[in-house]
Amino acid sequence: MRDKQIEDLKEYKYGFTTDIENIRAPKGLNEEVIKFISKIKKEPDWMLDWRLKAFERLKNLKEPNWQKPKYPKINYQDLYYYSAPKSASDKPKSLDELDPKLLETYQKLGIPLQEQKRLNGIAVDAVFDSVSVATTFKDKLTEKGIIFCSMSEAIQKHPELVKKYLGSVIPVTDHYFATLNSAVFTDGSFVYIPEGVRCPMELSTYFRINASETGQFERTLIIADKGSYVSYLEGCTAPMRDENQLHAANVELVALDDAEIKYSTVQNWYPGDKDGKGGIYNFVTKRGLCKGVNSKISWTQVETGSAITWKYPSCILQGDNSVGEFYSIAITNNHQKADTGTKMIHIGKNTKSKIISKGISAGYADNTYRGLVDIFPKAKNARNFTQCDSLLMGNKCGAHTVPYIKNRNSDSNIEHEATTSKISEEQLYYCQQRGLNSEEAVGLIVNGFCKEVLQQLPMEFAVEAQKLVGISLEGSVG
Amino acid sequence: MLKENLEFESLTYETLGNTKERKEHFFKFVESGFPSKKLEDWKFSDLKSIINKNIKELKFGFNTIENKSYNLKFIKNFEHSKIVILNGEFLSADILDIDKNKIEIKNENLIFSESLNEPLNNLNKAFASKLIKLNVLEGKIVEKPLVIYHICDLDSETNLINTRFELTLHKNSSLSTLNLFEDKSVSGFNNHNFNIVINKNSNLKNYIFDLNKNQNLRYSFTNIDIYENGNSENFIYSSGSKFSKYEINSNLKEKYSSAFINGIINLDKNNHHEIKTNINHLGENTKSYQLIKSVLNDKSTGVYQGKIFVNDQAQKTDGYQLSKALLLNENTEFNGKPELEIYADDVKCSHGSTSGNLDENSIFYLMSRGLNYDQAKKLLIDGFINDVIEKITNIEIQKYLKEVIN
Repeated sequence: MRDKQIEDLKEYKYGFTTDIENIRAPKGLNEEVIKFISKIKKEPDWMLDWRLKAFERLKNLKEPNWQKPKYPKINYQDLYYYSAPKSASDKPKSLDELDPKLLETYQKLGIPLQEQKRLNGIAVDAVFDSVSVATTFKDKLTEKGIIFCSMSEAIQKHPELVKKYLGSVIPVTDHYFATLNSAVFTDGSFVYIPEGVRCPMELSTYFRINASETGQFERTLIIADKGSYVSYLEGCTAPMRDENQLHAANVELVALDDAEIKYSTVQNWYPGDKDGKGGIYNFVTKRGLCKGVNSKISWTQVETGSAITWKYPSCILQGDNSVGEFYSIAITNNHQKADTGTKMIHIGKNTKSKIISKGISAGYADNTYRGLVDIFPKAKNARNFTQCDSLLMGNKCGAHTVPYIKNRNSDSNIEHEATTSKISEEQLYYCQQRGLNSEEAVGLIVNGFCKEVLQQLPMEFAVEAQKLVGISLEGSVG
Repeated sequence: MLKENLEFESLTYETLGNTKERKEHFFKFVESGFPSKKLEDWKFSDLKSIINKNIKELKFGFNTIENKSYNLKFIKNFEHSKIVILNGEFLSADILDIDKNKIEIKNENLIFSESLNEPLNNLNKAFASKLIKLNVLEGKIVEKPLVIYHICDLDSETNLINTRFELTLHKNSSLSTLNLFEDKSVSGFNNHNFNIVINKNSNLKNYIFDLNKNQNLRYSFTNIDIYENGNSENFIYSSGSKFSKYEINSNLKEKYSSAFINGIINLDKNNHHEIKTNINHLGENTKSYQLIKSVLNDKSTGVYQGKIFVNDQAQKTDGYQLSKALLLNENTEFNGKPELEIYADDVKCSHGSTSGNLDENSIFYLMSRGLNYDQAKKLLIDGFINDVIEKITNIEIQKYLKEVIN
């Protein structure tokens, strides 16, 4: 019995639950629950109206069904839409006041707040089951005029910014999951970088789904004002559970004139067990708007977890000369499924976009790249380069590429290339001859395959991501 | 609406037989209507609105071509066998070969067995009067190409023409066919269906040329089943019609079979053409190659949707797909969807797609050598297209195409 537990733990390092009392909203999805969420978060009326508007629309929407990975129907009435650690009702003023158990959790996750505070200089806004627990490094950021706080706090303290930008990229009238999020989102991060400020450190959040039967619905909004720069990291884990959990977050980025946003994700939600039981449904809507001229948004994602990953971090290149980038590694093993990619919408003149996607499929997994490059008639001299490579391990898995290309401007150039292959015997032989065992060899080759994307990650993340790539593929060779 | 317009009962079906099945197919079609962009396969070409825009009234029904002859200018550039189809009906055949009995041409009643529930297939089954069957018997290497002339003349009774072909190459045989479209009629809809079987060690070269400017809309569906060591070469030159969509579904069913699909979309005005390919690698060691180039002028739209599917049995597959488009005018549009769906690990599959205008540096290079702007441009476009034309392995037909388009 004990052996088995240890075995389980080995499989998913972050598969522990923290025993903390939760405050939950009543089960189900209805107006009362939305009012409950809004009330408990002490939101102003306009926010509640906004949520209800979204809910009103949700009633008439249907779940999309064009995606490749199919999943059993989700019973939205059987979920808890709000779950918060009890101690959060009277928020701690400093880290020391935090529930020691919470701190322990973070320690296990490898993000000791104090440590990071001292050593890494990263400000961490840890989201623990929907409510932002502690925000570090606030003082240093406040000095520069940077606002980095939880969404709930932003709604209270900076309503003018929230009102102006919330829903400006992902409107209430968007697709099913985005609208669901608009109606019931609980918390998330809010970042505002004022004009001309270069954020001195990497901002970071850690998402973690703890309570069972909860969906995690965060909403993140990042605004980079004229000439500013920010790099934002997001990492995700979830405990092991038998049932599938839904994660439907919305992330909105707005870059004004000459601003740059770099958004990096390392997603390692619980992928389900070897037979594909349990795991997270990661149905996230991420969209960035390059609103101003010369603005730039860059998405980097390393997707190794989740039972189903279904997301397309996108860029709307509205401002002239704006740049959108998308770097992605999606690794699926066992029964995991991924349908991910990006959309690059070129509206402004001289807009550029670059897509590098690496998909790795092992076991019984299915990995799809789906992307859209759309060049509007007025987007003169737009440029796009897309490269998507897939690596297959074993003949029970699948790798698919579905790019949509729309070019409506003759001065524009679109290039797309994709390859699918396996690790060659020669490469493996070469590595093994030099003393690596087959798993190490595969890890090394895969890391090389992903190098272009891993390079884009900030230093601290790159190391973790590299390890993660190795861990995710354990047991897939042989 | 469609139902009311149709005097289905009054048509002289008895002579054609299979009335019940035809009816079924027709009602299935009426239920779905013409495909619109809501269907994934028609995302980039909304046939429903294109038909509404271009055809005032679709006249459903059959054509009679009794006592009709048509004075056609046949190709004089090379010797060839002929099949003539007038307004969707089989008119005549003329086979140039020493052992004619090894090439069978039949005009048979339709058989309603398979039930592919596609709107246009249903339409085709409801109104194609006969099935034109072509068999090349075992071991027969047909040397002279076979040209199939598809003609629509002005006094066609309907503007909805449906034809069905079945072409079978038995073991160890080979044939080249060229489908030529000659449209005199205005604003009609032509719906062609080809069903091709290439048996072991056989080789079919199938060319489709849509050269003459016309106002017709055209849809052509080709299904090709290829068995061991069989080879299918396809080439499409898509230019003349107002709208066209060529769809090729190629099944590489057994080992060592191969499929080649090359095509050119060359458009002007506000024409809209699409090539859609679907290659299913189902056996080991199969190979496919696709090269599609589009040249778009004025307000035209070019679409390429290509898919390579590899199932888990098809190890050692080699699949390649390349699409290039030249957008020469600011009002042109190119849409592409090059797709890979792969379930086997020991494969080599890749695709590439580019679209954009001519390279100014190349034009500058040529102009610095004494050509004027237009000449430089033409040279580059010709070179762009020639690349694909040279993939045609039947030299006579390749030469013919080069002559016609210059």
